[in-house]
Formats: sequence, C-alpha cells, structure tokens
Amino acid sequence: MARTLTFKIFRYNPTKDNDEPHIETYELEETPRLNLFTALHRIREKQAPDLMYDFVCRAGICGSCAMMINGRPTLACRTLTSDLSDTIELYPLPFFKLLGDLSVDTGVWFHDMAKRVESWIHTQKEFDPTALEERMDNATANKIYGSERCIECGCCVAACATAQVYPDFLGAAGLNRIGRFLFDPRDQRGEQEWFELVSTDVGVFGCIGMMACDDVCPKDLPLLEVFSYIRRKMNSGVQVAVQDLELS
Amino acid sequence: MKVITTDVLIIGAGLAGERAAIASAQAGLDVTMLSLVPPRRSHSAAAQGGMQASLGNSVKGAGDNPTIHWLDTVKGSDWGADQEVARIFADNAPIAMREMAHFGVPWNRVEGGPRDVYIKGKKTTIVEDFDNEGLITARDFGGTAKWRTCYTADGTGHTVLYAMDNLAVQLDINIHDRMEALSLIHEDGICMGAIVRCLRTGDIMAYMSKSTAIATGGYGRLYGESTNAVINEGTGSWLALQTGQVPLANMEAVQFHPTGIVPTDILVTEGCRGDGGLLLDVDEYRFMPDYEPEKQELASRDVVSRRMKEHILKGKGVQSSYGEHLWLDLRHLGEQHLTTKLREVYDICMYFIGVNPIKELIPVRPTQHYSMGGIRVNKDGHAYGLKGLFALGEVANWDMHGFNRLGGNSLAETVVAGMVVGEKIASYTKSAELNAKVTLAEKFAKEQTDLIHHLMNNDGSENVYAIRDEIAELLKDHVHIFRTGENLEKAVKGLKAILGRIKNVKVRTSAPGMNPELSQALRIEGMAKQAYIIAQGALLRTESRGAHTREDYPARDDKNWLNRTLATWAVGADEPAFNYEPVGQLDLPPGDRGYGGGQMIDMDLTIEQYNAKVDAEQTALGKHPTSEPIGFRIPKELWREESPYKDAK
Ligand SMILES: Cc1cc2nc3c(=O)[nH]c(=O)nc-3n(C[C@H](O)[C@H](O)[C@H](O)COP(=O)(O)OP(=O)(O)OC[C@H]3O[C@@H](n4cnc5c(N)ncnc54)[C@H](O)[C@@H]3O)c2cc1C
Ligand code: SF4
Ligand code: SF4
Ligand code: FES
Repeated sequence: MARTLTFKIFRYNPTKDNDEPHIETYELEETPRLNLFTALHRIREKQAPDLMYDFVCRAGICGSCAMMINGRPTLACRTLTSDLSDTIELYPLPFFKLLGDLSVDTGVWFHDMAKRVESWIHTQKEFDPTALEERMDNATANKIYGSERCIECGCCVAACATAQVYPDFLGAAGLNRIGRFLFDPRDQRGEQEWFELVSTDVGVFGCIGMMACDDVCPKDLPLLEVFSYIRRKMNSGVQVAVQDLELS
Repeated sequence: MKVITTDVLIIGAGLAGERAAIASAQAGLDVTMLSLVPPRRSHSAAAQGGMQASLGNSVKGAGDNPTIHWLDTVKGSDWGADQEVARIFADNAPIAMREMAHFGVPWNRVEGGPRDVYIKGKKTTIVEDFDNEGLITARDFGGTAKWRTCYTADGTGHTVLYAMDNLAVQLDINIHDRMEALSLIHEDGICMGAIVRCLRTGDIMAYMSKSTAIATGGYGRLYGESTNAVINEGTGSWLALQTGQVPLANMEAVQFHPTGIVPTDILVTEGCRGDGGLLLDVDEYRFMPDYEPEKQELASRDVVSRRMKEHILKGKGVQSSYGEHLWLDLRHLGEQHLTTKLREVYDICMYFIGVNPIKELIPVRPTQHYSMGGIRVNKDGHAYGLKGLFALGEVANWDMHGFNRLGGNSLAETVVAGMVVGEKIASYTKSAELNAKVTLAEKFAKEQTDLIHHLMNNDGSENVYAIRDEIAELLKDHVHIFRTGENLEKAVKGLKAILGRIKNVKVRTSAPGMNPELSQALRIEGMAKQAYIIAQGALLRTESRGAHTREDYPARDDKNWLNRTLATWAVGADEPAFNYEPVGQLDLPPGDRGYGGGQMIDMDLTIEQYNAKVDAEQTALGKHPTSEPIGFRIPKELWREESPYKDAK
C-alpha cells in the first residue's frame, strides 16, 4: 500500500522581517520511485509556494542539491523516498551561509576555496595553437580524473568536525583539490609552494582523520588515498624545508 | 536602483559564456558574468559523452581532418547549417581541445597496443599506434565517419567546465551568481546592458555595458520531459525575443535524444552506443540494423530517434506504467568498462531507476534534448537587429547544426564559439562607448517592477505551474518527433489560448528574497511565446528536414525550404512574424546523407545563383556586416579530396 510521507522541513527566510527558524510539516502520498527532487517540487507547487531549495541537473551530477536528510548530508535529487522512513527530516547543510530554507551558498565558498588553493595549472608554458598537445599517460589522466570528479556539493564539509570548529579549514574538498593538482604533471608548483599551502591547521594538519568526509561523499571520491598521498608528499616537503634551512 | 557598469556583460556562465569572458579578460577588458547558479553548476557540467575534434590520434580516427568533420556536420544538419560557420568550427575544434588540455582537462589518452572494442555489435580487436601513445584519444559517436569524440570517461562537460572556471578564477573575472537577467536595455538599435533580478534578495538592478553577450544554454524545459537541467527554461532567448528586434531562428528544429531513461528522462550518453551499446525491442531483438544497415545504432540522432518511434508504433515497444519504451543493452561491455568509462551512466541507472546495467537492460525512449534553434547571429556571433548584442553556445543560432546537430558537436561548439566569437566581442568592445544612461535603465527596470507588482496583486487565479505543465503537454503531444499539420494546428491553437491567460497568473506568496514562484511567473510569458514560435514554425515548414519530420510532407524540399526560419515578435503584437533567409553560402551541394532514407525535392537554382543572394537577403533581415566577407572561410570544394567523393570522381 502507498505510504503517506511526513516531511518535517526547516524553514527560515533571512530576508523576511521577524522570521524565525522553525520546522514545518507537510504530508505527501508516496508514488513509485519517488525521489526528493520530485517530492519537494510537489510540496512547493501544491503546498508551500515560497519553499526554497536548489536543484539544477536533477541527475546527481551538478552538486546543487545537498542537504541534511534524516541527519545525513547527501544529494536530494538521487535520494529515493523508498529508502527513507515515513517521516523525513530535511535541514540545510550546516557550515555554509544559509540563503533560505534548504538553500545554502555553497557556490561562494567553493569559489573562495578555488582561490585559496590556486586551483589552476601553474605553468610558465604558453599555449601554442600549432603544436601537438603535450603527452600524458592515460593512467595519470585517470588518476587526475579520480579527484577531478568532485562536484562541490559540500557534503564532506558539512560532515567534518574540524570545519565546524575552524571556519577557514579547507575541508576534504579543498584537500582533494590540492591532491588533484599534485597528481598533475602539468602543474609546476614546487614542494615548497605546496608545503606552505597545505601545512597549516587550515590545511592537511587540521584534519583529524576520522574520515566522516569519505563516508558521506556521494561521488565516492578516493579521499583517504588522496589525503595519505598529500601527507607523504608533505613529509618529503618537510625534508626540503629542512634542507633549505641547513643551506642558509 | 543599483547600477553596475562593466565593459563586457556576459549573461550565462556555462562553457560558452566563460570562454568568451576569458577572451575579453585576456584582451584587458573589464568583464562581468551573470549566472542563475554558481558557474560550475551550469548545465555544461552535465554533458557526459565528449566533444568532437578531428585530432585523429586513435587508430579508428586515423586520417581524420577538419574537412571530414565538416562533411559529417553538414550532412548531419541535413544541409540546414551555414556551411561557412561549420567550417570555422571544424577548423578550430582541434585547437580548442588542445587548449583545454593546456588549461588542465585530463583528457583520456591513447594507450598503444591491442584492445577489445565493440563495433556494430561485434567484439573486435583494434591496435592503437604506439607512436600516438599519450595523445588525446577519441570514442565513436553517431553520424561520424571517424572516431572523433574526445572525452574524459563520461564526465567530459564536468572536467572541461571545471578547467574553464579555474581559469576564470585565476583571471579574477567578476562572477555574480544567483542573478537572473530579465530584459535587455536598448535604444536606437543598440544594446546597453540588462535588467537583472538578484535571486538572493529579490532586488532589481541594472548592468550597463559596452557590449552584452547571451550564453544561457538551451530551452529544453519547455517540453517538460527533457534531459535538460531544470534551469533551462529559455530565459536567454526570451531576452532577445522581447526586444521585438532580434529574431529567433529555426526554433522548430528540436533534437530528441534516443536514450533518455524511463522514468525521470535523465540522459545516458550517446557514448553508450559509441562504445558498443545496442538498442533492443520488446522481444529483445536488435532492430536498428534492419532500418539502417550501414550506421545501425550510430546513425545521426534524428534518424535513430525516428526509427525507435517507428518501431514502437509497429507494436514493438515495451509497455510500462510510464508509457512505452525500448531497451539499451550495455551488458556485454562488462563491469570494468561500465564502472570506469561509463561510470556516471552506471551511477544514474543504479540510483535513479534501480537498474544495474552490468546485468540488466536500461529502459530508454527518445527525449527532448537539444535546441538547434536560438538567437540568430552572424558568423561573428553578433545578433541580428541589435548592435552590441552577441549570443553564443546553445542559446545561439550561429548555425553549424542546421536541423540536426551531431552528438559531441555542441560541447565543442561552446568552446570554439567562446574562442572565435569571444575575440569578436573583445574587438567590438574596444571600439565601443559606454553609454550608462541611468534614465533609460530606470525605464526598463520599471517595466519589470510593474510586472512583479502585477503578478503579486492582480485578481486573476491562474496558477503558473499549471500553465507551465499545459505548455509542456501541448509540445509533447503535438510538436514531438513525428508532426502533422493537424496536430500542429492544435498546438498553435492551444498555445494561443494560453497566451491569453498569462495576464491572469497570480503569485500566491509575497515572500521577499528568492521567491521561487515569482521567478517562475516572470519566465512564463517567454516560455509560452517560444513554444508558440516552435509550433507555428513547425506548421509553416511543409517539408521534413533533420529533426523536423512532417508525416504529411515527408520529403526534404530543397526547392522551397533550403532556408532558415526567422521569427520576431513585435512589442505588443498578438502573433510573431515569420521570415526566411538562405542558410548561407553552399559549398557541398545538397545531397543524400547516406542514412535515414527519405525523399528529396531538388533545388532549382544553381549553387552560384543561391550563393549570390545570401548576403543581401540576410542583411535585409538584420544581419550586421561581418569582419570578413561572407564565404571567406570556405576553402572551395576541398571536400572533393575526401571519400566518398574522391572515389566517386
Ligand atoms: C544531459 C546532457 C548531456 C549532454 N552531453 C553532451 C555531450 O556529451 N557532448 C556534446 O557535445 N553536447 C552535450 N550536451 C549538450 C551540451 O552540453 C550543451 O549544449 C552545452 O553544454 C550548452 O552550453 P552553454 O554554455 O551554451 O550553456 P549552459 O552550460 O547551459 O549554461 C547556461 C548559463 O546561463 C545561465 N543563465 C541562464 N539563463 C540566465 C538568465 N536569464 N540570467 C543569467 N544567467 C542565466 C546559467 O546559469 C548558466 O550559467 C548535453 C546536454 C545535456 C542536456
Ligand atoms: S578526515 Fe575528518 S577532519 Fe579530515 S577532512 Fe575528513 S571529515 Fe574533516
Ligand atoms: S569531495 Fe565529495 S562530498 Fe566533498 S564536495 Fe566533493 S563530491 Fe561533495
Ligand atoms: S540537482 Fe544536480 S546533483 Fe542534485
């Protein structure tokens, strides 16, 4: 028999005078293969026209729709109600700036992160439109792609204890981005530059290694592997730094 | 009202918008990009399969060159494309891929030695050349003579957009996200910026600029059932149409992709068939070779979608509670392939429909996917009718796709157009003046604030979501793969009635800020009018070309319809006006595509006669002068060097 689902949804519109954070309850008939993208649209279109949330691709690809679903950060669009209890609690992701109800400003945070880790290929080479591309072996390309697959959904940051304490912490997504460029032979940043970027308590040393991030990442990024690669690199970075010291 | 000034205003921060912004920033101009969403969430990120460029590094692409790519593109378009623009595209695509490699895209690379692949349903071993090891590789896609589609697994759009946005961050280009452009500011035929609504606060503001470019992507959501992102509601083409001066071209040319999954309409990439996936019917029988012995599953999209629908109509579809569908079979590709090269596809099937493609068949049916039509621009990307307005990417009709675009050509177009048109925007801007007339901006802003006031305070009772669904229903029922005069008339009539009800749309909530219902209500007139143009354009075009299939006019009619539809909607008018212009200079004479079958009615002009009228007739309809003469980029008859023409001589 079809279930009647009860949605308890966090509501707060910061642009509205005198609004206070509160929970509102909505009921919805469950239909086969119902996901939260469709469910929330049905609630908005029939019951709560001012309900705010974010969906773009509705295919688990763009990273827009992360929220706390029964206490766990994950992508709403690809969550089926059949995998959830009769009562479904929805909250916005913590940590990020709240725009209203279930909508948070992950975009601005990730843009800022990209600036902080200088998320681009550092090279002196100019592009030559008449030359063949530089060669790369396919295994390296796949390795880079493994980290490049991050969709900036913010689930890992929302789940991270360190991030809640240190708002400047780069988070798993930031460290993963660093890994992505460390893997890339086209990036000519030296050990020292990386070391300065990573070896602070907002970088890899802030991470307490409990791997909540790895557990929630909806794209199953190899975060554990990436972190240990960075740590190994940084240990050799420490050696470089020590050598520099001895030389001076 | 807040007024922001900038040299270049780019509306849209997907691949096309970002690449153009980069071109202007590199030319030393002050650039501002607007986007509904953070740039990396733009729909370009969702493209899976790849982008075409004739690098020819894979052994199955050996001998490829821009001319062969161009030939495939012109044939794919069913001769509706501007052949010169297709040439500019094909010539620049290899440079664009290499440049994206330089910017950081981790393209998949050639691995020397033997490997097993599936070609036309058979397992085959190919041997990659060790000399090419490490160069950008390619996979097969529909309607192409060579393996030409460059890719990163099935996350190509994602990696290319991330690399592009990384560069935009590096160059410190202003990006104002969660902003929606509502109308253009213009006077005396010159565009001066846009009126914008902030989706965080709900504030109306003005951006004034020397030049403005629209790069807002497709309008697929008009159809409801679409592979497109939910933000693809045609707001960008509406900006142009609203002026009453800029035409939308070939809006009836709508692409249906063979493999949207059932239900949810999420796309699984053409790369599935490129890598050897097969289409099966209710009896698990592989039917495509019966219809298309040569290209089979890899004919162009219009043809495959048509054949699928035809087969379903023969009673060979699979019944389901979501309507009839067919099957996509990937099982033989194996777990290793499906969890690496087609990993997103694997995830989508598992998460959204609970199908494991390693063991099970995927339910698919043709689904709205791409808009060949859009804002008509000249080969420099300059919009007809308004100076200082440019358009590029899916929202534009530049027009390299004609009546059917090839898979892998759109993502490639965004980057190539970003380079080519981006440069033209920069050079236009350098010689343009900033005319920050605040009174003019206020006049255009007032139209929007008045509209908002009306939507919130009128006595009507129309629900915007219901109207949106009715529009989708009409398009889906009557303006789909197979079209008839009778059905199209029903659509036009229905849409006309809807247009009459739009003024009674009432927004139920006055909540400040984002107000999602108000956002939808602000888009609805544009959606209804564009749907009308699609339906009416399809009704008027009494032939079948590419994706536009008229059951009552099955022949491609080069005598009467080798032209491009231009629709404008004068301010205050009840109906749009339709005009037709030549498609552009012809180099490859209209002929048989080599797949798809169908009759043809020959043109009665010679190529020379046709070409002689192009410039004047296009200029009469609003084309601006181009930086180089029309036809300049066509290396005449170079195609004669290539097969099959070479052998036919
Ligand atoms: C699921 C899917 C898969 C695809 N796969 C492929 C493929 O493998 N190969 C291929 O060649 N093509 C593919 N395509 C097509 C291709 O991805 C698109 O045509 C292309 O990415 C469009 O890019 P764009 O830059 O023009 O627009 P988009 O990437 O859609 O960007 C539009 C931008 O405009 C902004 N915007 C829209 N309206 C407004 C407004 N009013 N105000 C301000 N900003 C606005 C948006 O926020 C966004 O930033 C695919 C399409 C889909 C739907
Ligand atoms: S391991 Fe823990 S502390 Fe480190 S990034 Fe992941 S969630 Fe945060
Ligand atoms: S690492 Fe995973 S969880 Fe974190 S932002 Fe990226 S995709 Fe999301
Ligand atoms: S809407 Fe794109 S990931 Fe959910």
